[in-house]
Order: sequence, then C-alpha cells, then structure tokens
Amino acid sequence: MSIHKLSLYELHKKFTGGEVTATEIVRAYGLRIGQVESKVRAYITQTKDAAVAQAGALDASLKGWRKTSPMMGMPLAIKDNICTDGVLTTCASRMLGNFVPPYDATVIAKLRAQGYLLLGKTNLDEFAMGSSTENSAVGPSRNPWNLQCVPGGSSGGSAAAVAADECAAALGSDTGGSIRQPAAFCGVVGLKPTYGLVSRYGLIAFASSLDQIGPITKDVTDAAFLLGAIAGHDPLDSTSAAVPVPDYLKALKKKDLKKLKVGVPVEFFAEGLDPEVEQAVRAAIQELKALGGEIKEIQLPRTDAAVATYYVIATAEASSNLARYDGVKFGLRAKETKDLLELYMKTRQEGFGPEVKRRIMLGTYVLSAGYYDAYYGKAQAVRTLIRQDFEAAFQDVDLIVTPVTPTPAFKFGEKGDDPLQMYLSDIFTISVNLAGVPAISLPCGFSQAGLPIGLQIIGRPFEEETLLRAAYAYEQNTQWRAKKPVIR
Amino acid sequence: MEITTQEVEKVAKLARLELTDIEKAAFAKQLSQILTHVETLKQYDTTGVGPTATVLGQVNVFRLDDARPSLSVERAVANAPESSDGFFVVPKIIEDRQPL
Repeated sequence: MSIHKLSLYELHKKFTGGEVTATEIVRAYGLRIGQVESKVRAYITQTKDAAVAQAGALDASLKGWRKTSPMMGMPLAIKDNICTDGVLTTCASRMLGNFVPPYDATVIAKLRAQGYLLLGKTNLDEFAMGSSTENSAVGPSRNPWNLQCVPGGSSGGSAAAVAADECAAALGSDTGGSIRQPAAFCGVVGLKPTYGLVSRYGLIAFASSLDQIGPITKDVTDAAFLLGAIAGHDPLDSTSAAVPVPDYLKALKKKDLKKLKVGVPVEFFAEGLDPEVEQAVRAAIQELKALGGEIKEIQLPRTDAAVATYYVIATAEASSNLARYDGVKFGLRAKETKDLLELYMKTRQEGFGPEVKRRIMLGTYVLSAGYYDAYYGKAQAVRTLIRQDFEAAFQDVDLIVTPVTPTPAFKFGEKGDDPLQMYLSDIFTISVNLAGVPAISLPCGFSQAGLPIGLQIIGRPFEEETLLRAAYAYEQNTQWRAKKPVIR
Repeated sequence: MEITTQEVEKVAKLARLELTDIEKAAFAKQLSQILTHVETLKQYDTTGVGPTATVLGQVNVFRLDDARPSLSVERAVANAPESSDGFFVVPKIIEDRQPL
C-alpha cells in the first residue's frame, strides 16, 4: 500500500480501522517529500521532526483502543499565511521572515484538537497577492504536471503539495480565486466556502471582506471531509456566521443532479477564453445534463466590472491591513534609521516585494482625499450590483457553472511585467468573492499539452452541500482524478 | 488616468513607503494603466445603489468587556525587533526640551 497515494478520507478510514499508524503515515510522507520536493518546492517550512514526535505520542496514546477524531493522524500542509503557534509563519515575505506566531489560527486550533499532523507550511505569493507564486520572497513553487509552468496562486504551494502527493490535503486561502485557480492549474479540488463559514481568526489579513480559508484536496469527498473539520462559528471572528455545520459527507450520497437547475452565464464564455478550456467546460456541462441537471443559460451582466471593482476594494483593504507592518511589534525592522518616520519608510521599503508595494500604493491612492468617492465609493456600489446579479440568478437556478481560468497553467515569466494582464486573468473567480458565495474548482479535462483544466461550480450562500453533491456526482461519473502527474 | 511621479511620491509618503526612482517611474506607469481600467466602472449607473462593505447582511457583534486570559507579556514581545523589560523599543519621538 502506497500511503501517499491514498486520499485523505481513505487514509482516515485505514487509520481508524487500525490498518496504519500515525508513525507509518508520517514516515511515508517524509519519504515522498524527500523524493519530489526539490523539484516542486511546495513548502517554505517543513515540520517533519515535530510530526514524527507527535505521531509517536499519538500511536502510544491509542494503544488498544481507537476512538478517533476526523483529522486524527492526518498529514496536512498549511498555507504560510495561517498562524501556527510556535511554527514560523512568513506569508512568503521578508517582512515576516522571522515571525513565529504566539497563537494558533482558529482553523489550526480545531485541527490540533483533533490530533492532525502538520507536515509544513506551504508557499504562496507574498501576502497572498498574486496568481502564480512568482511573488514569493523565497522563489516560486512549480506545477507538478509541468515544472516549467506556474502552480497558480496565491495558494500555489498548497495546490502543488496536494497534486504531488506531498500531503494528504492542505488548507489555502481565497481572496479573489487563490484556492480555486491553483487547484485548477494543478488538477486538484479547491473549495472557497461562503464568506463567514470558516473563521478568519489567525489568517494574516489581506482583504478582510473577501478572505476565506478553505480546503485543497485530492477529491471532492476530501473537500467535504476537511471543510467539516474547520467550519463553524467563532467568537474570535466578528464576521463569522452563526450557522450550523452539517455533515458534508452526507451530501455525497446521490450521484446525480436530479431536480437541480444549473445556470451557464453567457458572459463567462466570451472572447479571451482558451478554446481547449471552453471545450472541456462545455463537455462537463453536457455531463451535468446527462446526470439529470436542468441546464439553463443565464446572465451575470456586471461580470465585466468584477476585475476593476475587486482591485479597488481588495487593495484599499490591503493598504489598511498592511499598515501594521511598521517594524515595531513584530517582523522586520530597518537598521540605522534616525527617527520613527524613517524607521517606518525604510522598514516597509526593505520588507515588502514589488507586488505588495504596488497594491499598497493603489489602495492608498483610491482611499486618499479627493479620490475616495470616485474610486472606492464607486467600487463598493458596483459590488452591490454584482451581488444583485448573483441573487437574481439564484432565484432561477440552484448552481452556476463556469471555467475557473481563461487558460491552463502558464509558463514562468509569461505574464512578464504587466500587472494589469495578470489581474485580468482572475476574471472568472473574483466575482464569487465580491458576492461572498461559495464555489468549488475540480478537474474537468486536460489540454493537449497535458495540463489540467478546472470546472467551477458556484452555489448559494451556505449551500455547500448542494455544491458538493453536484461536484461529487460529476467526479464519480468521470475519470479525470485517476490521472496523476509524473514529476520530472 | 495619468499618474505623475509627483503623485506617486505623495501617495508613497501617505503609505509610509520609501521608493527608489526606478520604482516611482514604474508605479506611475502601472498605476496609470490600472486606474484607466478602473475608470470603466463609470459606465455602471449606481444612482441610489448603496455600498457593499460586507456581504450577507452582517451586523455589529458585541460582547461584554470582561477580563479574559490573554498572551503573557513575554510572548507578546517575543517577536519584537527590539524590546526591553516587556516594552517595545522605538526611536525617540519627543524632542528634548530646551532648558529654560
């Protein structure tokens, strides 16, 4: 049995049944990471030694009886912008290069209470700002399907680690597509929950009204399983929703879409969509129809406004959130500065990379006197219109299906020095964050070059069960997940 | 929308960012491009449309202001670039008073 090839849920079953010990799990993943990590570079920090010790203690405590929690003994990777008590958390930034959080994020506290095993912290674009991990201060991760291609971003390390079997599952964060886009590029499953379903406490803030933590997994069952382990109301996050957390695995009983109406927004199949992506997504829509879904063409007329709206709101919130990096309480401090102002200016000059600076500049500009109403106020109003588009669509349909990205994974350096082009490639994922609704990305085919293509299914707020049911039905009736990357 | 190098300097000061001349020139060009794209929002009529600051109609959350366990001083200052006796050390911000 190759432990690293099992899905999270399969591994859980074997662990619960006593077929495999936590020590064997950690050893298997240690070997796997040793084989492929020098090529994939998914991790910023590996915590194998601590995991070995923890696994040993877990196995000893379980001798003779096996009352387990869902994530007990499960080897997970965590995006390096989620705080882990006592474990370096860098946000892939020089600014936090030495930051060791003195507390756990709520999602980590939940996983720790269940006895999970932390394999390490995964790479990302600095402060989660980017779509390729090329903005990481420690260098990019690589796509396991083709090492010359980006794994996507910002949760590129998490997606690459899952695709390369370097962990059983991972957590990412999604502000404008940062879970779904790398999941699509790496041929794995990524779920952005409804805003408020998963606590943001301890997620290092980028854009607070958009950020959500979610699972990146090998299949849909794992996404349901891991979501259930991290979701729920948290008094420490005032935007956390007081809603009950269902057993998401129970939503996976039906393998069809009977009685579900599925909307296909015309605006998402416009100019700029790669023909291979369009073909794969349209074939997936036919499959959903064959599974009993009622397919309906719909409109989300303000789709064109999403990128502009997002880059005003996200950068405005970022410029405010990142004001805390001042070289005083934690993180980098510039040396030999003559006064406090110079300390701030030089610390931030040295600590932040180009993309983070660009977004702080843009956010500061749109919030500054004389421009606030024209940019920030306008974007907030257009955000309302985008939300209303989704509300109107969901009067009519239960789910919306679209591509995740306009193209499969691109090569390193391909988007060059043109930030606007990079931003525009987020077109299919960001309106979901602006509206606060949940969405899942799952594999729906491959390009001729052998790169994965992703299908996005969007649902009503807090209807993750419907989302998972449809994704599961599609996955179980197709063979995409059987194909694995050959890392070379 | 054209952003000048002078405007970049002004915004950088507000953002407490020291920039090199190369960065200033690059940001002037890139911010101009991005803001030109942002101007396309003007075509959407938002008369009478309220802003969305947060989704899903969340409201303020209150709790009692009770004392609760929190980080110890040692742990709170453990990540500080410079600390002394449980305090954060910063450059002096108050000028020495001239003797009368």
